Amino acid sequence: MLIERDPAASAEDVVARHGDDATRLLQMLRELQEGHGWLPPLVITELARRLGISRARVEGVAAFYSFLHLQPVGRYRVLFSDNITDRMQGSEALLEYLCSKLWVEKGKVSEDGLLSIDTTSCTGLCDQGPGLLVNGWAIPWISRERLDEIAELILKRRPVAEWPQHLFHIEDNIRRRDVLLDHDLAPGEAIRVSLARGRDTTGQRPTSARAWREAIPAASPGPVATLEEIKRSGLRGRGGAGFATGLKWEACRNAPGETHYVVCNADEGEPGTFKDRVLLSRYADLVFEGMTVCAYVLGGGRKRTHGFVYLRGEYRYLLEPLKACLMRRRRAGLLGRAICGEDGFDFDIDIHVGAGAYVCGEESALLESLEGKRGIPRNRPPYPVTHGYLGQPTVVNNVETFCAAALIAARGADWYRTRGTPKSTGTKLLSVSGDCERPGIYEYPFGVTVRQVLKDCGARDTQAVQVSGPSGTLIDASEFDRRIAFEDLPTAGAFMVFDANRDIFEVVRNFVHFFAHESCGFCTPCRVGTAMMRNVVDKIHAGRGAQLDLEEICKLQKVMSLAAHCGLGHTACNPMQDMLKRFKPAIQRRLKSLAFEPAFDLDAALARARAFTGRDDAGAHLPTQSETA
Amino acid sequence: MNTFQLDGEEIPFEPGQTVIQAALAAGHYIPHLCYHPEFVPHGSCRLCTVRADGRPTAACTLPAQPGLKVESETEELNDLRRTLVQMLFAEGNHFCPSCEKSGNCVLQALGYDLGVLTAGFRHFFLDRPVDASHPDILLDFNRCVLCKLCVRASEEVDGKGVFSLAGRGIQRRLIVSAESGRLADTDVAVTDKAVEVCPVGVILRKRVGFRVPIGRRRYDLRPIRAQALEDAPRRPEHRHE
Repeated sequence: MLIERDPAASAEDVVARHGDDATRLLQMLRELQEGHGWLPPLVITELARRLGISRARVEGVAAFYSFLHLQPVGRYRVLFSDNITDRMQGSEALLEYLCSKLWVEKGKVSEDGLLSIDTTSCTGLCDQGPGLLVNGWAIPWISRERLDEIAELILKRRPVAEWPQHLFHIEDNIRRRDVLLDHDLAPGEAIRVSLARGRDTTGQRPTSARAWREAIPAASPGPVATLEEIKRSGLRGRGGAGFATGLKWEACRNAPGETHYVVCNADEGEPGTFKDRVLLSRYADLVFEGMTVCAYVLGGGRKRTHGFVYLRGEYRYLLEPLKACLMRRRRAGLLGRAICGEDGFDFDIDIHVGAGAYVCGEESALLESLEGKRGIPRNRPPYPVTHGYLGQPTVVNNVETFCAAALIAARGADWYRTRGTPKSTGTKLLSVSGDCERPGIYEYPFGVTVRQVLKDCGARDTQAVQVSGPSGTLIDASEFDRRIAFEDLPTAGAFMVFDANRDIFEVVRNFVHFFAHESCGFCTPCRVGTAMMRNVVDKIHAGRGAQLDLEEICKLQKVMSLAAHCGLGHTACNPMQDMLKRFKPAIQRRLKSLAFEPAFDLDAALARARAFTGRDDAGAHLPTQSETA
Repeated sequence: MNTFQLDGEEIPFEPGQTVIQAALAAGHYIPHLCYHPEFVPHGSCRLCTVRADGRPTAACTLPAQPGLKVESETEELNDLRRTLVQMLFAEGNHFCPSCEKSGNCVLQALGYDLGVLTAGFRHFFLDRPVDASHPDILLDFNRCVLCKLCVRASEEVDGKGVFSLAGRGIQRRLIVSAESGRLADTDVAVTDKAVEVCPVGVILRKRVGFRVPIGRRRYDLRPIRAQALEDAPRRPEHRHE
């Protein structure tokens, strides 16, 4: 894996391979890091020189992403996933176990420069956790036995590429299938049906009773026919926000531009979410099919279109299989020039790999990152549908949305509408994890109750469920009859179960730390607010919380929800807010019964100095037996 | 001429203007820090947060639209601004009495203008070493509010790219364009716009810090509320008809 090469020469190669294109900067940095293990200063200087941009800008980009390192991090970089579900599976003790076994301190590089061990945000292996990454490659089911094996490999300095494959085997854990996971579409079918629907000029023949009643001409020629189908299906974005997919495609289609872009958001960073990982592993054809249908709708074979998949860095191991799938599709005439023999219908897809930044799941931050910049959400308006990638009209949709769109394009809106509720049509994939017997992927028609999901996954004595991850809603047992649907409990897919033994305060503390770690730092409320929130929960965790800290929490919540620049800042307080609303005792029992308690512990700070005085009388303020116990 | 409402008053605007640009041009102050009339609005400090048709949003990046109802001088929003100023003070290491920017500092002036009387939050005490390597310019990162004005000025006006922001969250920081990380090894010049534009005491010209005594400085003489209107491009009077 390690290319022991002159940094400047390697930078030259990489820049040349990416055609001197500065929008590929993040990809270049990633590749150089895979070669060197980190990004030496000379590499940054050389990249800047070759690309003709300032060195500070290149360094600024590199320093934004968690998986890029401007200091050496050792030949082996071990990152333990730090989602609450990993912690519930014992990740903290396992991390300590590996640290003591290999004689390293968490967060520091070992003396011999061999390795470093640290934590990272959720790696999407919650149903087979704890998970970790070694030099960016995911390993599930971490146990002491597995760590023994890993430690042995590291000490023998075996390159990660030569490690036994069984370590990297990741399960799908599909537990419940519905129309999406059970689909029988052949590759290319949705594209061919869309093209045929477009050619059908018989015109006014309605395709359903409703269409006939409302005099909707079903088969308008060209891509509009498929667009109408998507609109009529009621499909809404599966990434969480739930914007109507048909309207998004239509707005983009109508926007003027040289090239229309189709971007698949595969930056599945919301802790507790891993359904896109399974879709990309087992249903890649369906994802690309949906993107190609979208390109047909946007371009109609007349305008130039291009596609991107933005794959989160944690799913780096999926890059080669996805590229192989793209190659298969090119060979089958489903990508490239004249797709399915349709003259002028040219479309292809590139895959960009992220580098550890949750905020890039926000669509405009994703586009910035795709352009090789830091992933800072843009000011809106204008919106991506008119001014997206490189200022061109762009559709950004979730992985699952493209899958659903492909199904709708092939089978029609009426068929799709038979699943789900009137306001939330179709099905939703849930990533179930936490305290249950059968964690994994569950596909339900929208409208399913939380209680039903809990029953199916074998959850007992459940205290709380975090629906849609930290930025979603934390509900208690009184709300288990609520339904998964846009009109009740909307979700991007996470479904984390906590039984009666769990301390909700610790759950929330984990989420608060997550947001502080992932804030991009652009705006004051989120940059400073998430860090202050982290300090407050840590103060309470340390047993030094008081009433005044609750007031500070409320103040921070207000500032962030009112003034933050993007959704990350707006939702960063959700877990805390939900705890105060539904699980108040969880935080209250942690507080001292005072109005104010300083964060600074004077006695603790002076303890060592006092011990040095050699006094043992009462005035020496030495800690008593009971205090030290 | 199109107009929108700001705290009940009609504000005329030209197409392409944002709410803060039109407001300042018409003689109405909205507190701001990272906005500068000579640069494209950035929208990061959030001090100019207003409610537009009820929705909270930054006035500097919000395009003015006819009939828009904007609230700015409300207790809620000034409370928010006070909190934001407190948060900025808590984030950096600010010590006004010993700062040579005192009296010329936008953050300090905003604190006075908004009536910030207490620290409000626990300070972070981040470790931010100063860079005194350059013969004519001192960099004191302790006071950085991450407004990006120097980055923008160096790129857009000076054509150099001396500065950039790096890191994420509370670790976000100003960096300079040199392998050594030292300002002396960049092509910055004391006459650069980037040096002049810093609203706080990060980028300082050496040996001139106390040429104008404290007490007779920019915001000592005139509160920022009045000074900002003076600085903003005003609408020519004849257009008022």
